[in-house]
Amino acid sequence: MSEKILVIGELQQGVLRQVSYETIAAAKQVDADAEIVALVMGGGNLQQPAEEMIRYGADRAITVAHANLNNYTSEAYGQVILEVMQKENPSGVMMGHTSVGKDVTPKIAGRLELGLISDAVAIEKEDGNIMFTRPIYSGKAFEKKVITDKGLLFATIRPNNIPALEYNPNRTGEVSALELDVKDLRTIVKEVIRRKNEGVDLSEAKVVIAGGRGVKGAEGFQALYELADLLGGAVGASRGACDADYCDYSLQIGQTGKVVTPDLYIAVGISGAIQHMAGMSNSKVIVAINSDAEANIFNIADYGIVGDLFEVLPLLIEELKLEGAVIQ
Amino acid sequence: MNIYVLLKKTFDTEETISVSGGRIDESGAEFIINPYDEYAVEEAILQRDQHGGTVTVVTVGDASSEKQLRTALAMGADDAVLIDTDADLDEGDQFTTAKILEKFFEGKEADLILAGNVAIDEASGQVGPRLAERLDMPFITTAVKLEIENGTAKIEKDVEGDLEKIEVPLPLLVTCQQGLNEPRYTSLPGIMKAKKKPLEQLELDDLDLDEEDVRAKTATVAVFMPPKKQAGRILAGETGAQVKELVSLLTKEAKVL
Repeated sequence: MSEKILVIGELQQGVLRQVSYETIAAAKQVDADAEIVALVMGGGNLQQPAEEMIRYGADRAITVAHANLNNYTSEAYGQVILEVMQKENPSGVMMGHTSVGKDVTPKIAGRLELGLISDAVAIEKEDGNIMFTRPIYSGKAFEKKVITDKGLLFATIRPNNIPALEYNPNRTGEVSALELDVKDLRTIVKEVIRRKNEGVDLSEAKVVIAGGRGVKGAEGFQALYELADLLGGAVGASRGACDADYCDYSLQIGQTGKVVTPDLYIAVGISGAIQHMAGMSNSKVIVAINSDAEANIFNIADYGIVGDLFEVLPLLIEELKLEGAVIQ
Repeated sequence: MNIYVLLKKTFDTEETISVSGGRIDESGAEFIINPYDEYAVEEAILQRDQHGGTVTVVTVGDASSEKQLRTALAMGADDAVLIDTDADLDEGDQFTTAKILEKFFEGKEADLILAGNVAIDEASGQVGPRLAERLDMPFITTAVKLEIENGTAKIEKDVEGDLEKIEVPLPLLVTCQQGLNEPRYTSLPGIMKAKKKPLEQLELDDLDLDEEDVRAKTATVAVFMPPKKQAGRILAGETGAQVKELVSLLTKEAKVL
């Protein structure tokens, strides 16, 4: 019996997020032989993103364009996904564990009374079961979960953990535009205020530069932004820095706050409270810069510099520019 | 206004996590109100004080969850409900919890249901949206500002750092994000008062549910600790040299640049 997995792509300002491609790879890990059907929805101009999904491994793509899909709302997106599921009858549905994925998938799981495994970081098969590994207690531990309900396989995938398949510019597949009447909504998005630096999202960033109390003020964060821009990364913060008003809570990394797994995490002026470390300790490479040699953060850092961050950061920026270093 | 808060008991954030017998070791651990649910309790109290009505905190848990409910009552909630599943259920998941809550809300007129955006233990963030869907209510997750006027909520929602301004009519379920408010500490008079406040206890039977109706749709088959991180390398020498060495290590050894 041939299986079919619906992968929901996610557009951000008209461009697909990297995690959409990673979700295609994740679907292939669930079932290498399954037909991968990508769903891309939005306000318009969906042909190109649909083709991108195919070049990253989807077999075909469905687009749904409607004015009510311009801004995400759980009602509009939920309606479209449910209608496409009804039409396609997939054996699995997968999506990125992003702000949108976290919001819309439990709505669908609630409606259809499905099991949903959220925030998977790895997938493997054991005795014919699909096992999803996901972090619990903010990454202090992990659990392996299976779907016991014999219905549909439903999961969200954490960005940055399952590598996308190789991009193939010559790969082709059918793109079909589906006309749906997206209903009037109770939820109205009045305004979207973009505050992210350079569009690099903290949860998807390959490099995170995080500041703590040691950064001493909002002005101190400027150097962190400069470093992040140089490396194509995002800026994060410890709770201490947020509580002290050096930056917005949306940057907070930790047990309360975001959990990140970038390739490179540079902790600047962060002492390393257990709650903060829970949010970043699974980063691939950790660098700590702190004037206190006894700081906890050095216990989990791969490389540490004991020194004054106001001296170290400008030197580091200069050296990186000199080396022309770029993120791999 | 009838305001309900969904509350979950979680490990204290200070607790060190360890695994024993294939489960998280809970022996001797301190438990608290899930930190995100604290924002929900605080917001419920603020909204009630502004608009009138009552705040009811609800938890699906075991007998020991009474402690967290009493804390919420001491903060200023009016009533508490403990749905104790200890005797009836071995394992549950987000479907289980949402189903139980759906039954609890049957026949109740909730204007506003508040919950944490996520629980810091299992971190699925599913229960709130699942419940809202079952109750045919709109929901907004990760709210950082909530104003209610003439039956409409004006909400600011954190979207991974961006901010969305949303309007949506009540009844409504909202999940709370850090930044929404500053949860109050419980005062001694508050704690004394909380002892006398009503705390209703229910079991599955009372909700006309049996184990079959709420059987989990997912199962945890293993719990394990992440591999221990090797102690790293602290660089030495003059600052400029350390920085040069770091860039070289990141490029050549760690190969991340």
